[in-house]
Amino acid sequence: MILQCRGLVRSYGPTQALRGVAMAVDEGEILAVTGPSGCGKSTLLHCLAGITRPDAGEVIYRDQRVDLLSEAGRARLRRTEFGVLFQFGQLVAELTAAENVALPLLLAGTGRREARTAALSWLDRLGVADLAEKRPGEVSGGQQQRVALGRALVTEPRVLYADEPTGALDTLAGEQVLGHMVRLAREQRTTVVLVTHDARVAAYADRELALRDGVADPTGLGLNASAGRHAGSAR
Amino acid sequence: MSTSHVLLGLLASGPRHGYDLKRAHDERLPRARPLAFGQVYTTLGRLERDGLVRAAAQERAGGPDRTAYEITQPGRAELVAWLGAVEPPAPYVTSTLLAKVVVALMVADRAHAREYLIAQRAAHTARLRELTARKTDPGAALGAVIAADFAIAHLDADLRWLQTTLDRVGATNGEQ
Ligand SMILES: Nc1ncnc2c1ncn2[C@@H]1O[C@H](COP(=O)(O)OP(=O)(O)OP(=O)(O)O)[C@@H](O)[C@H]1O
Ligand SMILES: [Mg+2]
Repeated sequence: MILQCRGLVRSYGPTQALRGVAMAVDEGEILAVTGPSGCGKSTLLHCLAGITRPDAGEVIYRDQRVDLLSEAGRARLRRTEFGVLFQFGQLVAELTAAENVALPLLLAGTGRREARTAALSWLDRLGVADLAEKRPGEVSGGQQQRVALGRALVTEPRVLYADEPTGALDTLAGEQVLGHMVRLAREQRTTVVLVTHDARVAAYADRELALRDGVADPTGLGLNASAGRHAGSAR
Repeated sequence: MSTSHVLLGLLASGPRHGYDLKRAHDERLPRARPLAFGQVYTTLGRLERDGLVRAAAQERAGGPDRTAYEITQPGRAELVAWLGAVEPPAPYVTSTLLAKVVVALMVADRAHAREYLIAQRAAHTARLRELTARKTDPGAALGAVIAADFAIAHLDADLRWLQTTLDRVGATNGEQ
């Protein structure tokens, strides 16, 4: 088990986004986190990835309590161990595809030449080598997501967090991004936490964790671990 | 074929005449093709032959439309077995799914209907995963990919309906 959480609680003002979520994922496993809009999927992903801190509960990556780390500690984890891919790739508009992919390596102190070589090789593996010198505005949404995937994977993270990575793409473009993501994850034994509300996307995963109103859906698939009681909330 | 099971479901609450069964069927399953009288009687005949229903009472002498049918013990057992059985996840099973959920709500309680829906959703999801794996296999031929796409699109539609139905059935939990 590479990553797990227990009793995660997170509120935004009066809104309880997470009300006691437990989950665990094995190394190399692809876990889909599913559920209706507003059920807490993104909040869970943010807590797991150390982007936000839970109000209560534990996030454990290998032997580390992610929830107890300082902002700097979590930033280091995100730079070295984790990769993140969002719905809109959030590429830097002024940089070329190759520069975007190389960016995390440069931030980590890798030399320019080496970073560029690595970036080009990732673009090649993602089938977008010919776009290396294009800026995000000059390529399609699906191509942008593949570049963003390259940027998320270039540091060879142990866990990739993807939040609706194909939400803005049509079926075929989405399929290409997912296909690459799953293939590369398998090759590198990368663990993937894939947030989606689409059953067709979740079907790429090995397992599914269904959320509902901030807790594991007791009727859902996957592990429902000892997540808090579902207090008959009406929907 | 689910018509015989829908008739069994309609008979679960008490004896009915053929005409009454036809009306109730068409009313409960408005999207299914209206039942022809002939089909009602052939189906009842088959159910009677198999011992799942029997003639309950005959009001005066007359044609078969005068005969009320009632469900037998084996008939109830058959109905329960059908309601508990998950349908093989394949394209176009939706109308059978619909019939099963409507009948489950009619003869059993919501908890039963939910149980069935959850099991069916699990079967659909597992199949979706299989098809996706087949489709993403680098060696998959175009024809196989297109066939998988077709099945996935239909299963996905079913799944969304199953989920919405679960939400609806769950929403009024406790009222029944
Ligand atoms: N920054 C925030 N400020 C206030 N409320 C928030 C914030 N982020 C999330 N929420 C609320 O917390 C709940 C869970 O939100 P979250 O974004 O985790 O849901 P989600 O499952 O990712 O939904 P979607 O599928 O729409 O992306 C929602 O009610 C949402 O409105
Ligand atoms: Mg979200």
